[in-house]
Amino acid sequence: MSNKIRLRKGLNIPLKGSAETHIAKNISPNIIAVKPTDFKGLNPKLLVKEGDLVKAGTPVIADKKRPEILICSPISGTVKEVVRGEKRKLLEILIESDKKHEYQQIVTPNFRKATQKELKETLLAGGMWPMIKQRPYGIIPSPSVEPKAIFISGFDTSPLAPDLDFTLKAEFEHMQVGVEVLSKLTCGGVHLSLNADNFAGSPLHRLEKVSLHVFDGPHPAGNVGVQIHHISPINKGDVVWTMDLYTLAAIGRLFSKGVFDLRKIIAITGPRAKKPCYIETLPGMPMSDIMEFVELTPEKKSGELLPVRFISGNVLTGDNIGENGSLGIFHNQITLVSEGKYREMFGWSKPFRAKKFSFSHSYFSWLTPSKKYSLDTNLNGGERAFVMTGVYEKVLPMDIYPMYLLKAILAEDIDKMEALGIYEIIEEDFALCEFVCPSKTEIQEIVSKGIDLMIKEMS
Amino acid sequence: MKALKNLIDNIKPTFSKGGKLSFLHSTFDAFETFLYVPEYLTKKGVHVRDSIDLKRTMTIVIIALLPALLFGMYNTGYQYNLSVGGSMDFMQMFWYGFLRVLPLVIVSYVVGLGIEFAAAQIRGHEVNEGFLVSGMLIPLIMPVDVPLWILALSVAFAVIVGKEVFGGTGMNIWNPALLSRAFVFFAYPSQISGDKIWISGLSSGQGVVDGFSGATPLANAAAGSPVPSFMDMFTGFIPGSIGETSTIAILIGAALLIFTGIASWKIMVSTFAGGLLTGLLLNVLATDPSSYMAMPAWNHLVMGGFAFGAVFMATDPVTGSQTETGKWIYGFLIGMMAILIRVFNAGYPEGMMLAILLMNTFAPLIDHIIVQSNIKRRLKRAVIK
Repeated sequence: MSNKIRLRKGLNIPLKGSAETHIAKNISPNIIAVKPTDFKGLNPKLLVKEGDLVKAGTPVIADKKRPEILICSPISGTVKEVVRGEKRKLLEILIESDKKHEYQQIVTPNFRKATQKELKETLLAGGMWPMIKQRPYGIIPSPSVEPKAIFISGFDTSPLAPDLDFTLKAEFEHMQVGVEVLSKLTCGGVHLSLNADNFAGSPLHRLEKVSLHVFDGPHPAGNVGVQIHHISPINKGDVVWTMDLYTLAAIGRLFSKGVFDLRKIIAITGPRAKKPCYIETLPGMPMSDIMEFVELTPEKKSGELLPVRFISGNVLTGDNIGENGSLGIFHNQITLVSEGKYREMFGWSKPFRAKKFSFSHSYFSWLTPSKKYSLDTNLNGGERAFVMTGVYEKVLPMDIYPMYLLKAILAEDIDKMEALGIYEIIEEDFALCEFVCPSKTEIQEIVSKGIDLMIKEMS
Repeated sequence: MKALKNLIDNIKPTFSKGGKLSFLHSTFDAFETFLYVPEYLTKKGVHVRDSIDLKRTMTIVIIALLPALLFGMYNTGYQYNLSVGGSMDFMQMFWYGFLRVLPLVIVSYVVGLGIEFAAAQIRGHEVNEGFLVSGMLIPLIMPVDVPLWILALSVAFAVIVGKEVFGGTGMNIWNPALLSRAFVFFAYPSQISGDKIWISGLSSGQGVVDGFSGATPLANAAAGSPVPSFMDMFTGFIPGSIGETSTIAILIGAALLIFTGIASWKIMVSTFAGGLLTGLLLNVLATDPSSYMAMPAWNHLVMGGFAFGAVFMATDPVTGSQTETGKWIYGFLIGMMAILIRVFNAGYPEGMMLAILLMNTFAPLIDHIIVQSNIKRRLKRAVIK
């Protein structure tokens, strides 16, 4: 257990509803949504039209500027509808399953002998390329740039995150193949970070051809951005790749079986989940398929009946998709919380609010560290200018001054953003800062704008 | 309760966009969110939020100020009783002080919040809670006999020139409460210096017992007269601004602020350290044992506004240093400057006010240096291959 890195800053939000480790259902969705909006940096060009027949692995979207980057259908069936939003923006492609589960066979080279070029071409043709994220910016990597190194987080510390050792139990072989493929695409090696709490318990430490790193600490210790910061920070000009373990396994499946297979085990979690559990499904699954796991009886607070918010992903970084939405391609959990549309009389002045959680000591929740809370989506205050200082730093285990970086972004000062660390972060790394912010600032939104500006200015 | 909620819902359209009284929407919003934590929802980004907000934060600071306020009221009566040689009991003294201090608090809040509401209205913002604290701080750092019209002027000056012209709470450079005191200090020097103004009734020439001076320990020290004992100054039975006299009451507030994490303990500790070390250095350098320089260093910490400034003023997150390393430097320099101004500048017996305002000015520079060193460090970082 070499080079253990201990992070003290951070916070595990004590949210109720962590999933019990059993697979409650194996879902084969009737209809699947492919959402180009899931991919940052994609300029989507539609390749299919309504009525077309597709197989799992048939490209449905390509990037306009880099047509070799393809997004593929995860199921076989018929393109039912192309949904567009304002200004004809492509929102999603709905594909109806034919229940045959046919795969488009992809010719794959022997990964041990193949050249770098062949491996890249297979990743591109097999639809796996857009699943890789490039840092800086968290976008789809450019096929012509070789990354400095590849980083994978072997554990997820975000609120109610799935237990990856459980969900990927059967995928060890595929992950090993994935690692071997990736290790040929970079000279900096594949770096895998594991949790100190469960180092020996996780089969991942037996993976070969990876550099193992061990992290100890609360969230965001499991965020790959934080890990990179401590292993080999991204400086100006550096390009690295990141991906989650699910993608690693899918790359392995592509090279061992020649199929684009995104089936995965995800967690249904949160205070409004009826018996939080795991399910096996495909990304793009509509929420109507999991209604049996949702506690639909409204929760009552301050005289109001609270409906459910469906979040694809976790409460820090997930998307509010609504009850008609579908699971995002990068999301490995669904979180169900109550919409906090209620007013609490003199709530801010009550000394005790036993059901409210606060990271600060201005409430008494710190006295009950093991208590879990049924948090809802109330903002718990109004939006204000930056007033308090030193709060964000307590939950950001990076050598970065978050307030100064945010102000540089707001001022659109490219040089400052660069100097203060915009290359090292993406939205998720600042999510906890947003959670604890007493001024209720939308920090991830600011970071996102900063990244967009950098992409625009630097290209 | 239901009726109140319904009432608010009924009159809300009148104050919303397009309603008859829409120009008062910030005011309405301020009252509504005062009554209820609003039903605002998270939109983008994080879906659940911490329960803390600025209302909560500011409330805790006000609670932390209560011991100083209550003691200040009692001490006002106590000092008055001493000056007239009366024989009031505890409750009488407190009541006397209560009646003297309450008008100051009311004037401060009415003037300050009035301007805040108007400014929020003009900008179309929500009313910020910042003045809830400033409005309490201002009377606490004034002499009890300050005329109400001067107080009102100084509050208006502090809020308009000190805060609103910069863009409101969170944008100001100088601590608004201190700015109001500085305003009185420079615009109406006769009203805030001398020996008469610190004790209620003294300046209007009410009966005084023989040998009673009414001078603050700071004035005594500057004049080379003996100061009260350390314990008297620590407990606070001395003349001075309303809230600043009792170090014990201030430390109770400090404990709450540190415990809740609302104010930076680093600034408090470094300010006291800076004051104490500078005081000790002067003790060592003092040639004449009866000079101000030779006064025991720890007396400085309990005299005048040092403790009050260190706990409640220097720690203002908006005007103070914003980096954690910077906070140490910022606090230390405040402590140091306060003592230097006190000892070497006879014209300004209260060095704390000027020291904090001066360091408020320099806080961005300190932060700039700290942030630059971070940038350099990050550029130099070794890259592990």
